[in-house]
Amino acid sequence: MTDMLSITGLSKRYDDGQVALENVSLDVKEGEILALLGPNGAGKTTLISAVCGLVVPTEGQINVGGFDTESNYRLARSLIGLVPQEISLEPFEKVINTVRFSRGLFGKNPNDDYVEIVLRQLSLWDKKDSKIMQLSGGMKRRVLIAKALAHEPRVLFLDEPSAGVDVELRREMWKLVSQLKSQGVTIILTTHYIEEAEAIADRVGVISKGKLILLEEKKALIKRMGQKKLEISLQSPIAAIPAQLQHFQLSLSDDGMSINYLYDTKGSTNEITKLLNEISSADLKISDLKTSQSSLEEIFVSLI
Amino acid sequence: MNFRSIQAIYVFEMTRFFRTLLQSFVSPVISTCLYFVVFGAAIGGRIDAVEGVNYIAFIVPGLIMLSVMTQAVSNASFGIYFPKFIGTIYEVLSAPISFAEIVVGYVGAAASKALFIGLVILATSLFFVDIEIIHPIVMILFLVVTCISFSLLGFILGVWANNFEQLQLVPLLIITPLVFLGGSFYSISMLPKFWQIVSLFNPVVYLISGFRWAFYDHSDVSIVTSLLAIILFTGFCTFIIFIIFKTGWRLRP
Repeated sequence: MTDMLSITGLSKRYDDGQVALENVSLDVKEGEILALLGPNGAGKTTLISAVCGLVVPTEGQINVGGFDTESNYRLARSLIGLVPQEISLEPFEKVINTVRFSRGLFGKNPNDDYVEIVLRQLSLWDKKDSKIMQLSGGMKRRVLIAKALAHEPRVLFLDEPSAGVDVELRREMWKLVSQLKSQGVTIILTTHYIEEAEAIADRVGVISKGKLILLEEKKALIKRMGQKKLEISLQSPIAAIPAQLQHFQLSLSDDGMSINYLYDTKGSTNEITKLLNEISSADLKISDLKTSQSSLEEIFVSLI
Repeated sequence: MNFRSIQAIYVFEMTRFFRTLLQSFVSPVISTCLYFVVFGAAIGGRIDAVEGVNYIAFIVPGLIMLSVMTQAVSNASFGIYFPKFIGTIYEVLSAPISFAEIVVGYVGAAASKALFIGLVILATSLFFVDIEIIHPIVMILFLVVTCISFSLLGFILGVWANNFEQLQLVPLLIITPLVFLGGSFYSISMLPKFWQIVSLFNPVVYLISGFRWAFYDHSDVSIVTSLLAIILFTGFCTFIIFIIFKTGWRLRP
């Protein structure tokens, strides 16, 4: 498969000195789904904006479908659909007109059959003659997606598609994304939710402070995310982990009052039973048990 | 040229205009009627003909210019400011179109609206006074170019404005005084010598004078000067817009 999106050495520094992106390089294959994770203000939206032509990069090159987004912006941009994070819609406009407008704006010939397909796909057909101000928040987000799909893009950017969206719409969106993928559309989405990346992405990138600090296959990341910690509190402190427990990956807290055990949720669950049995046979008295999962924030922190 | 994209912007903008057609149509008609009543019937009766033209007829070109200029500026500035304000500008900026095409779409729509209003006022004034337009082609040309140049000015204003107050302030503080003092309701030859000279620094004087020449073959300044002035003004606005788009000022950081 060829690269649909190729970013090389992309940097963005604003006039006030703020660095939004620093030397980001990234390739996305045709038909691939890439999820970009990162805390607020990390530069995810700036990255998308630079590709879509909303922000002028300070340095670096961006290619979409083989076309440079600066020297060949017409061809590059006509391949791109963008669903912005903020709900930005003309309130007095009718749903169908705003979708038709998007299609025309991207230079496509009017095609009401296609517009109907898009609106039906997003359960908006019944609302096609409603004014946008009459729609609920979730419906408005669907309209944004419909507008982005109106010109049959080959690359779709979804900026925080799940922000303020109920479970049902999120599921529908995931379904739509996999449908688009099967049509060969390349999708890049930003999200806060690891489940979202888990559910739909092929690859995951993590952006922090303007840098792409991680880019790997989803499975590898999930493994990392799948680690849990079991904290075993003891009734009395010990000086060291007993020798017969050494074959477990254990660590002792500084005060000697608790033993920490890292394990994989996807692995066999016998391990915990074995560990607890061996702890009791080592004559250690347990006062409490606590399990915790490393959160996305902790992963970010550990990566930065 | 990407005509479909330009057409999309133009049609979209015009739809907004036609959605509020009644307001767009009624307000200039009413204000024109008021001007005719106040300046024509009440005051005009006491004013002799100006340079051989009946006073009510004399103010018609000025009235049209007054509305056309203010409408062009407010339409065009609102047209680009509103999407900037509500965020829908992202779509236009991410579309495969050049800045020039964006301007043609927005400014073309704003100028069309202003032209429409100008023609409505002309038609309204025919109910009050008989007008014979001596140079109809020059009249239309002047009207169209004024619509375009002031829409360009409005576009600049809309890009520049950071809030609604600024959007209102410039027309109120700069354009309205320039238009009122630009000879809409009088010939600048009626002013004392000193103020005549001051008036020559007001660009609007040349536009109104030229427009009035097209109606009555009489003008404050020569028609050539007027034509030069409007070409210069249009060129200036186009240049500013070119700079804005070259640098992405206030639109594309």
